[in-house]
Amino acid sequence: MIGDTSILFQIAGIGIIVAMIHTILKQMGKEEYAQFVSLVGFIIVLLFVLNSISDLFQEIRSVFFYKG
Amino acid sequence: MSMEIFEVVSIGVIASVLVLLLKDKQPAIAYLLIVLTVLYFFLFVIQYVKEVLQLVVFLGEKANIHSAYIQTILQIIGISYVAEIGANIVKDAGLDSIAVKIELIGKVFILILAIPIFKSLIETIINIFPIT
Repeated sequence: MIGDTSILFQIAGIGIIVAMIHTILKQMGKEEYAQFVSLVGFIIVLLFVLNSISDLFQEIRSVFFYKG
Repeated sequence: MSMEIFEVVSIGVIASVLVLLLKDKQPAIAYLLIVLTVLYFFLFVIQYVKEVLQLVVFLGEKANIHSAYIQTILQIIGISYVAEIGANIVKDAGLDSIAVKIELIGKVFILILAIPIFKSLIETIINIFPIT
């Protein structure tokens, strides 16, 4: 009954790809681009997590804090 | 219901393997993966918590308890639930001191929510034994 869990693999995939790009860019000597790629990957994953947090809080609010 | 424990355990194992894979290269994304897993678990278990709470509300209605009391109890449970989630997530990041503060604030809020019930209890006692 757990919802869509493919998002876990998706995030792991994003993490691995970002790590790869980071390593390649670092090898090429482009340190600042490598940092930027890491940041972008982090923000994309953060958006997923924020969605999930908002879902959870909505659910909690409807279960515990209903008015009336 | 008895089969869903397998789902939970397998998701936990898969998430921990993926976190181990990412930990030394991208620690921030690994941490977000942990957070997402924790959120999924809490989102999963709230369905069953909801059933238990419906039982509590039903019993309260049958026993003719004032609905404000039941609602206060539900809100207290909700605050402790949210505080627990937050403290767990922060503790996973290794920030134990912030987790302790979240729990402390949750306790204070619970105490504040309990004040009206405590007041009505004291008033009832004073009505039974009037202080002359």
